[in-house]
Amino acid sequence: MDEQRPGLVVVGASLAGLRGAEALRDSGYDGPLTLVGDEPHQPYDRPPLSKHVLAGELPPEATALPRLTRLRAQWRLGQPAIALDRERRVLRLADGAALPYEKLLIATGARARPWPGAGADLAGIFTIRTLEDARALRSALARRPSRILIVGAGLIGCEAASCCRDLGLPVTLVDPNPTPLARLLGTVIGATLAERMRVSGVDLRPNTKVEALSGEAGQVRRAHLPGGGVLTADLVIVALGATRDTGWLATAGLVADAGGLTCDAACRAMTTVGAPDPDIYAAGDVARWPNPLTGGRPVTVEHWGNAVDQARHAAANMCAPATGQVAYAHLPSFWSSQFGLNIKLAGLTAGADALAVVQGSRASGRFLAVYGRAGRTVAALSFDQARWLPAYADAVAAGAAFPPILGATDQPRIETREPGFTGPRRSADRAAATPETAHA
Amino acid sequence: MRVVVDLNRCQGYAQCCYAAPEYFEVRGHEILFYDPAPPEAKRSQIERAQQACPVRAIAVEPAGLAEGDEP
Repeated sequence: MDEQRPGLVVVGASLAGLRGAEALRDSGYDGPLTLVGDEPHQPYDRPPLSKHVLAGELPPEATALPRLTRLRAQWRLGQPAIALDRERRVLRLADGAALPYEKLLIATGARARPWPGAGADLAGIFTIRTLEDARALRSALARRPSRILIVGAGLIGCEAASCCRDLGLPVTLVDPNPTPLARLLGTVIGATLAERMRVSGVDLRPNTKVEALSGEAGQVRRAHLPGGGVLTADLVIVALGATRDTGWLATAGLVADAGGLTCDAACRAMTTVGAPDPDIYAAGDVARWPNPLTGGRPVTVEHWGNAVDQARHAAANMCAPATGQVAYAHLPSFWSSQFGLNIKLAGLTAGADALAVVQGSRASGRFLAVYGRAGRTVAALSFDQARWLPAYADAVAAGAAFPPILGATDQPRIETREPGFTGPRRSADRAAATPETAHA
Repeated sequence: MRVVVDLNRCQGYAQCCYAAPEYFEVRGHEILFYDPAPPEAKRSQIERAQQACPVRAIAVEPAGLAEGDEP
């Protein structure tokens, strides 16, 4: 190794940063390699944090990710990058260090959106994103709060509600939409989940918005609703999504905002003059790129599988010549376990105008449903029917006619209906001009 | 030792649960719960679970790989 070279630098030491760094070595890169992370922890896995860690079944530190390739890396953990100077090819860290780079992989991910209203400084308000978030919330849950309020019925809010019920803790779940997961899955599927939540004892408050939090002696006690309504709670979990961690790129001359860092098809960061920087790549939650599977509109995909796949793809491109850059295509997929259910989705439901159950039934609680848009299959959703999902995911990837796969054994009579998306989908950050994507 | 399962891939075949029942468990119809930090002494069991997975969803850190590679 030539230690005089600045070498390759990976900014972000979570799943995408780790797998990206490993892929650089797997691609044959033998020079200096540095990983920069804002958290003091070595790379860890986030999905268990809102599930088994909250439930007390796993200690937070058990989530450290396995290493799959020897990295031989320099680690700069607990040191957020605060600025990028592309002209001098230097990254500035919070401790004042200037870190030169030959090529950069940006995998800084996203951070939980904090409570945006009044009362944000009260004790007893939590988010769930980092290991320390989960550790603090777990400790608070272990003290058996008398009533938990969860603001936001997206994936994290719903998983947290499930954990609270498993722990026997009273929980109120508030969301402005008519059902949980309404923006992600529509209100038809959302209603199925809502029923399950109610059976599990969740005090579900759809069509409800929290305006402010207030407390006593610095501790949160109440949530205030429009029109004067009040909910009592001595612990509040704010589950309002995430903003991408791009603030440190403000003066870098890259196309970046709270909705992500825009990249070209090869995952190279786009500069404000309209060309990609050939030496800066991005991957994971932070990267907004034109996915050919979604019609080439720039999208971010904040899921585990994309962090792994895109980081490996970007790393391979970093090690390839300029003429050998390969476009990244990815079928977005996620899983969630909650209320005893395994929920999996492949594809993107945005803009879907049709929904059909094609295996099982909603009444039985086990089913596979497909979403269609303008006659094409754009997503497949499994509630405890995971073994059917790969075939339907293939149909989504191929843009098959809606509904796909007709005549399968035991298939129910297929009835198509509207999925019940209410109003325009809000981007993950309203301040950001982030198209939440659309299929071709 | 450190383990992670790609739960996008996992189909709930539960072969890992037969190979290493203390560390892999299916809950409900198909939710996999696993220990991401099983004891090193159980490596052979964990690697049997990895090899038993019909969809190859289990990743296990090789013994000694991270030595000298820690932050």
